[in-house]
Amino acid sequence: MSTISLFRALTALVAGLLFGFGLSVSGMVDPARVLGFLDIASGNWDPSLMFVLGGAVATAVPGMLIQRRLAKPALGDAFDLPERDGINQRLLIGSVIFGIGWGIAGFCPGPAVAGLSIGMWGIVVFVVAMCAGMIVHDRLVSAGHDSLAIGETE
Amino acid sequence: MSPYLAPLLGGMLLGVAATILMIVNGRTAGISGIVGQLLNGSKWVEDAAFVLGLCLGPLAYAIVFGTFPNVQIASSGALVALAGLLVGFGTRMGSGCTSGHGIVGLARLSPRSIAATAAFLAAGVATATLMGALR
Repeated sequence: MSTISLFRALTALVAGLLFGFGLSVSGMVDPARVLGFLDIASGNWDPSLMFVLGGAVATAVPGMLIQRRLAKPALGDAFDLPERDGINQRLLIGSVIFGIGWGIAGFCPGPAVAGLSIGMWGIVVFVVAMCAGMIVHDRLVSAGHDSLAIGETE
Repeated sequence: MSPYLAPLLGGMLLGVAATILMIVNGRTAGISGIVGQLLNGSKWVEDAAFVLGLCLGPLAYAIVFGTFPNVQIASSGALVALAGLLVGFGTRMGSGCTSGHGIVGLARLSPRSIAATAAFLAAGVATATLMGALR
């Protein structure tokens, strides 16, 4: 492993740790809090998620503005940014399917993966099923356009 | 202390984490993208390191605050599994989730991410509200 790869992995570790810690502080590792936001007719609506998303976006904006002025990242040759297609059916239908799953149990990928260390079976079941859903999509459904499926991150 | 201070501060940490990953490694802090790439085997050392750090987050919280963050799962095992399948499939098809589209994409004012976030928020609100009414 080269020195650059080592420092990139360390950066990823620190960023992941900060992300998981932030999710824990925010309360969003708790699917009950997420459903408290998404269920608008419960009579006991919890706006917390709006504060989490608002705080996250507001803090990320300066970082993303700095990114635009840089030619390359500190430890790498190029920014790995999605510069593709516009708003298409794939994006919208996929997002709606994700939203339905999110609304059923209150889990999205970040909090669920972070929550694995809490040691609850429900979280393990969710993450295993989520990985299965990803594999079904990437290996079977979009097998016709592999390059799209594997290179994609946003 | 306002009940929304912790969500706000926690959210700000997410923004700092996303900034670090972007400026230093040039990568988007999108959890579904990173987990998906890990399952596909590319850039696996970095992706595994990020996922490991993410899992360590609640442990760090427990060390700092003396207790694990609260988690309450109201749904049955079958519903949780169904939700997982839909979330996995949908985030790969839609190229992102609450982190990649919702945080990084919105912060970059990406039209694709704004549309995706509106779509999954609307679907999430409709589904959770319907399920809440049926409960």
